[in-house]
Amino acid sequence: MTMTDGLSAENAAVIQLTRKDFVSDQEVRWCPGCGDYSILAQTQKTMPDFGYPKENIVFISGIGCSGRLPYYMNTYGFHSIHGRAPTLATGLKAARPDLMVWVITGDGDALSIGGNHVLHSMRRNVDLKLVMFNNRIYGLTKGQASPTSEMGKRTKSSPEGTIDHPVIPLSIALAAEATFVARSVDTHTEHLQGTLERAGRHRGSAFIEVLQNCNIFNDGAYREFTDREVRDDRMLVLQHGQPMIFGKDRDRGIRLRGLQPEVVQLGNGVTEADLLVHDEAAPDPYLAFMLSRMWWPDFPVPVGVFRDVARPTHDELMTAQIDKAIAQRGEGDLAALLRSGDAWTVE
Amino acid sequence: MTTTIAPRPEAPTEVELDRVTIRFAGDSGDGMQLTGSQFTRTAAAFGNDVSTLPDFPAEIRAPAGSLPGVSGFQLSFASSEIYTPGDEPDVLVAMNPAALRTNIVDLPAGGALIVNEDAFTGPNLTKAGYATNPLKDGSLKSYTVFEVPISTLNARALEGLDMTAKQVDLTKNFFALGLMFWLYERSMDPTIAWIDDKFGKRPIFADANKRALKAGYAFGETTEMFHTHYRVAPARLAPGTYRNVTGNEATALGFVAASRLARRTLFYGSYPITPASDILHALSGYKDFGVKTFQAEDEIAAIGAAIGASYGGALGLTGTSGPGIALKSEAINLAVMVELPLVIVDVQRAGPSTGMPTKNEQADLLQVMFGRNGDSPIPVVAPATPGECFEMAIEAWRIALRYMTPVVYLSDAFLATGAEPWRIPDLADLPDIGVGNATDPNGFHPYDRDPVTLARPWAVPGTPGLEHRIGGLEKADITGNVSYDPDNHHRMTVLRQEKVARVADSIPDLEVFGPPEGDLLILGWGSTYGAIRSATMRLHGQGHAVAHAHLRHLNPFPRNTGDVLAAYRHVLIPEINLGQLRLLIRARYLIDAQGYNRVRGKPFKISEMEEQALRLLPQR
Repeated sequence: MTMTDGLSAENAAVIQLTRKDFVSDQEVRWCPGCGDYSILAQTQKTMPDFGYPKENIVFISGIGCSGRLPYYMNTYGFHSIHGRAPTLATGLKAARPDLMVWVITGDGDALSIGGNHVLHSMRRNVDLKLVMFNNRIYGLTKGQASPTSEMGKRTKSSPEGTIDHPVIPLSIALAAEATFVARSVDTHTEHLQGTLERAGRHRGSAFIEVLQNCNIFNDGAYREFTDREVRDDRMLVLQHGQPMIFGKDRDRGIRLRGLQPEVVQLGNGVTEADLLVHDEAAPDPYLAFMLSRMWWPDFPVPVGVFRDVARPTHDELMTAQIDKAIAQRGEGDLAALLRSGDAWTVE
Repeated sequence: MTTTIAPRPEAPTEVELDRVTIRFAGDSGDGMQLTGSQFTRTAAAFGNDVSTLPDFPAEIRAPAGSLPGVSGFQLSFASSEIYTPGDEPDVLVAMNPAALRTNIVDLPAGGALIVNEDAFTGPNLTKAGYATNPLKDGSLKSYTVFEVPISTLNARALEGLDMTAKQVDLTKNFFALGLMFWLYERSMDPTIAWIDDKFGKRPIFADANKRALKAGYAFGETTEMFHTHYRVAPARLAPGTYRNVTGNEATALGFVAASRLARRTLFYGSYPITPASDILHALSGYKDFGVKTFQAEDEIAAIGAAIGASYGGALGLTGTSGPGIALKSEAINLAVMVELPLVIVDVQRAGPSTGMPTKNEQADLLQVMFGRNGDSPIPVVAPATPGECFEMAIEAWRIALRYMTPVVYLSDAFLATGAEPWRIPDLADLPDIGVGNATDPNGFHPYDRDPVTLARPWAVPGTPGLEHRIGGLEKADITGNVSYDPDNHHRMTVLRQEKVARVADSIPDLEVFGPPEGDLLILGWGSTYGAIRSATMRLHGQGHAVAHAHLRHLNPFPRNTGDVLAAYRHVLIPEINLGQLRLLIRARYLIDAQGYNRVRGKPFKISEMEEQALRLLPQR
């Protein structure tokens, strides 16, 4: 079996790939104006930075508009079945720890039909980078409510408004013990690139929610806080070790009151020292969980890395057990194995 | 007839027998599976041919003494080759009234019945639904009954040990085992060695179990209750080294061997399910062979991970039972579409739905053949005996690799848990099933095909220049790009069908046991092999022109299947389902095959196979 070792990130300079190397010959077929175009472009731009030969990178997707992304990446790609991409990634990574594996999914694919696999791939810390395009709607099937659609949303399948309370993707990722949790926005291209880059360098399960606009079935889902004119006032860009400050004039912040966050105006006795300081490496995810529940208009919407902690990965642990067994018992002897138990000989 | 205990005045008579069938039955907490398997190991090591049928409830511990809690273990051992665990026991060991009530129907008149007399108390009789004590009311008069106060005698043997009464009682199965060892002239040594090994760290339990075993043996020797003891000489098996295996053990060993023979890592993704879980347990112990096991969150994740592993160049394997196959169907179809090698183990059990999880059935054949959307052909193989599970596991991988296709391996509960002596193969005799990966970027197309096998290239991630995309959407012929072209879809559907049909080019012809033509062919598949083969041998003895053929390849069928079927006046297809193979055979070969179909959760008996064959044979 070809078992090319994955090259380290330090080899980026040696390998010298560019965005173009990651563009496949397939025609991109999302609706004009779809947020997916930007996510694809930022993904292609980020890939050369990792220093992985492109044959060592695999994109695995499920079903939905997001599922098409692997066709457009000139790497290895697998467009699997609805919700199951994390399972293929788990097996691939177990068999081939040398590969860099990305999972491309959507809010329906990851949190509805595939919810179970997200939970378990995260808790196992499978070394995969899961990018979830969250447009809060089913796009490919033409506009039904998704598990992240807001309560009461009128869609083709909920003409009187949906009665299902939505889930918060990052709260789920944190509860599932993901070791890297982040959020970005399709149109915030630099921030998205930076977030993808951080995720790619993380060893273990990375969950990246990308707020993505579906201009056909749910246009403007995030416009209220992501548009250029308002984003500084309505979003909180998380930075490790920095106080949580936001606003065009950097004049507001987040303070803790009891167990609740609150928005405060700096000045009048309130200083930066009163604000919460972001700690993405906190051993327990309390802070990250609190941040995951903050949403406009009550709060600025946080983006950036919520959590980044180290834990042995699934493939490392699996390999370690095999190495240990071989160290203790020697390389398996098939003839001896077949004879094990009570063997007897007939002349 | 009831005997009473008295000291033995003289040596017992010895009787030579060709074959003996014993059934141990007791509460599921009584250790009957252990007792049966210890007797089996001892008989096998002595050189007898052996066949076993464990029969246990799905409940781990049903209420003590209740009818659903009865656990049984039947074993047959012989001085000649045998193929089944015996139609009915010669000896029934019943540890309580519930065990007696559920098993006595199978004991033929005149059969020996050994009961633990101490367990026949009022409450136990009530739990078993007896209005009167069957030991006293004459209802057992057609059997030879041996009433042994096993609990009392065993407790006496363990006197002085620092154990609770409950702990002492748990050893009484060894007393029963010791008694049976005396009755059939077996050495206690293998079991004593086993006890020392098992309880080495807890000497008091080792001591207790050994005392119980020896007390049972001594009881047989010193009382005059048993006038006879029996000798079953070693069988004349083909020369070689043997061991005892269950089907699940042989299956796991076969997959490890396949990994060596293909020079690829074995990855097993599975979700616990009866009766397939033992394959996961066995494989997870073979880490020194580089085997990677993954207990998935569900059946779908188990196969998804196996597909991912195969995509990466490993042997992606998944295993389950019928309900799990239903959950895996969509993913099996993904493997059909992306044409990756994959083996799916189905250890069948009685369905539909949850059905009877620990009971046997062969009713998943049509599910694995057709239970998917679209035209979705998959090769299907089925071992016939526990030992054959080993070679069929390798055969499943040979087909999967050579043809780049998912393959279903159909075992069943009887094969999985039943045991027999297995002649350990010489590694040099095993086939090389290795295939190469695609490496050359020149003219590479992911859906190019080998002109002989129609297999597409296996281009694994990490290979420079072969970056490509696959998935569940229809593929354009050769390029593998997504295609909605009508003619392409037809062509690809036919190609997938043709690829599986060509598997027939590399599988052996269907062998016939018996005359090459005649009055009747009995056609079977899977675990009914032993009963059909034994019945056919009996019918040969009576001068009938009857033959037995057993399919190991159910899709595609061996090339000569039609010719074989046409050579007999009648074809009988006995199956533990309502006629699934018969449907396929009739559709394919347009012959009026007759069925014999019983779904009782149990294997067929030799006698019923014989009876059904005689129905179609000319009177003699």
